[in-house]
Amino acid sequence: MKAMLAKVLPQEGGLEGSQSKLYNGTIGLFWLLTIVGIGFGVHAMLIGHEHAYGVTREIPWGLMLAAYVFFVVTSTGLCLVSSIGHVFGFAAFKPIAKRSVYLAIATIVSGFLVIFFEIENPWRMAVYNVISPNLTSNIWWMGTLYGAYLVFMLIEFALLQAGRHKIAGMCGLLGVISGVAAHSNLGAVFGLLNGREYWHGPYMPIYFIVSAMMSGCATVIFFHWLGYKINGWKMSEQLQESLRSVAKLGALLYIVIMFFTTWKCIAGLAGHPPGEYEAFMALLDGPFAHNFWYGEVALGLTIPLLIILAVRARNLTAMAIGSAASIVGIFVMRYDLVVMGLSIPGFHELNIVDLPHILPYTPTLHEWMVTLSGFTFCTILFMMGERLFRGHLSEDH
Amino acid sequence: MNINELEKLTNEGVDDLPSLERRTFLRAGLAITGLFMGGTILSLTSVRGAKGAVASMPQDKRHAYSPHYSMVMRQNLCVDCERCMDACIQTNHVPHYGWRTRILERTRNIGPQEKETIFMPVLCNQCNEPPCVRVCPTVATYKDKVTGIVMMESKKCIGCKTCMAACPYNARYFNEERRAVDKCNFCWDTRLTKGMKDTACVEACPAKVRVFGDLSDPNSEVYKLVHQPETTVWVLRPETGALPNVFYMNVTLDI
Ligand code: SF4
Ligand code: SF4
Repeated sequence: MKAMLAKVLPQEGGLEGSQSKLYNGTIGLFWLLTIVGIGFGVHAMLIGHEHAYGVTREIPWGLMLAAYVFFVVTSTGLCLVSSIGHVFGFAAFKPIAKRSVYLAIATIVSGFLVIFFEIENPWRMAVYNVISPNLTSNIWWMGTLYGAYLVFMLIEFALLQAGRHKIAGMCGLLGVISGVAAHSNLGAVFGLLNGREYWHGPYMPIYFIVSAMMSGCATVIFFHWLGYKINGWKMSEQLQESLRSVAKLGALLYIVIMFFTTWKCIAGLAGHPPGEYEAFMALLDGPFAHNFWYGEVALGLTIPLLIILAVRARNLTAMAIGSAASIVGIFVMRYDLVVMGLSIPGFHELNIVDLPHILPYTPTLHEWMVTLSGFTFCTILFMMGERLFRGHLSEDH
Repeated sequence: MNINELEKLTNEGVDDLPSLERRTFLRAGLAITGLFMGGTILSLTSVRGAKGAVASMPQDKRHAYSPHYSMVMRQNLCVDCERCMDACIQTNHVPHYGWRTRILERTRNIGPQEKETIFMPVLCNQCNEPPCVRVCPTVATYKDKVTGIVMMESKKCIGCKTCMAACPYNARYFNEERRAVDKCNFCWDTRLTKGMKDTACVEACPAKVRVFGDLSDPNSEVYKLVHQPETTVWVLRPETGALPNVFYMNVTLDI
């Protein structure tokens, strides 16, 4: 065991973190928030979600499911972007591999933390997912494939650490395949519901994969920059160049998602498709308009794209700020996607007295705290990873 | 071809009409009453002599269950006394935050100053193609092979709530006491298996709105109601393809 760990954990070389009060204080605070969040989650589990969370029978998924989607989208994206280099052999993307794979693991684990408290009886899952599987259920496939994905990513990361790049690449390929399959199944969880017009159709699985790549690019840039910043390290020229390549790919993906979103909106408005039209009006010019225009369009897409274009994909600090904006905006995208899809009542066309056109949902303190704990836990994993793996340096840079 | 000539043509039925066309058509709020040629809707004729208005009307050959439990709502008889809801709560121990059946109130203009109120009872439709069952990861909810009732095996429910998102009819809620999703099962465990012939809501309804029975039996009241000539029978949200087993109709009132 020790020998194995010694192989995986670099003993010397790489980058060493300097101890500072601020650094330790931050880690301490984040641990505290994580534990408090878990406390809220356990409390909700004990008293029943009905009495703790703001989700309802009409809107059974809310902030926490959106957070889960956000984390797994990010993880899949990190896996895909990192694979360009070390699985598919594009040299420009190689230096980002180790940190990205590590972050892919950190984000999916954080996603699992949140979903653990989002599901009412998570312990039953371990048993009945295995002995009573439903092969027509996208949730079943998603859960199972993400389980496999996590295993592949862990093995891949260990192999990368041990310097076994060839077989790590093969494991990475399995990770990519299971990740794409899992993630498109997550899209299908929404897209294959005939009764939910806002989601229904093949758009969701496709959109999920493309937007995962976009999230991946933003996360790679931001966390590489942050890792070096908080530890006071200096980036090698190769790594900087690699991040610039990621930024260029990111710019392309922002444009693709803008294109997707535009057509999705036009399709939702043209000819007033029932159910969809109401949802898009709520999004563009209704209760979700602030989220959409400020969160999704400005923070999520336009600002980061403009920054990359303005600095011609060179200035990393500027692009890291753009990526941070994008990460916030992408979170809003996930929230809107989940909640908006459920907000239009099924009987909306029947003129039911007292039935609102848009069903209300407000997350409660419990939901916020558990969601927050996902983020703090993810940050802790990231910060610890920097120290433990000494800046995730790879030999070839 | 004028309308009288059209009427003389035989109805080709709705069976072979591609579902997309049926759907698009139903979306427009129209009833398919006429004839089709080569799968294309040629015309709408008067209701006389027409087949069922809804694509999901039961077809005898489709009775996969015996007894094929179903319910008919004679909607215009409902007076919103909500005794069915009370009976359901009592019988099935429904907590205050949940419901298995409900009465929805609708209004409709019937003149410049006049409004009509319609009371619409809803419950689980025990769909033939139930989206809730398809999405459940652990088969905690399933369609009973004998009766066609969509049931819950509570101990398998992980509480992911996907079935609640998938049900087009808002028929499911999470019951914290059972730690599982709960829904109408036509009183299977509380009445039918104890020898009673109908559900609590049917028994409680003073206006005889709800009729419960075996759709596969041509002598049952539900069968007769659904197959009455010149009567429009409809189901809710047929465009979702869930194929409900709760049918709605209005009856002629002799006032
Ligand atoms: S009405 Fe809803 S809960 Fe009932 S069978 Fe159909 S989809 Fe399932
Ligand atoms: S909430 Fe329960 S019954 Fe519904 S899909 Fe999930 S596991 Fe199945």
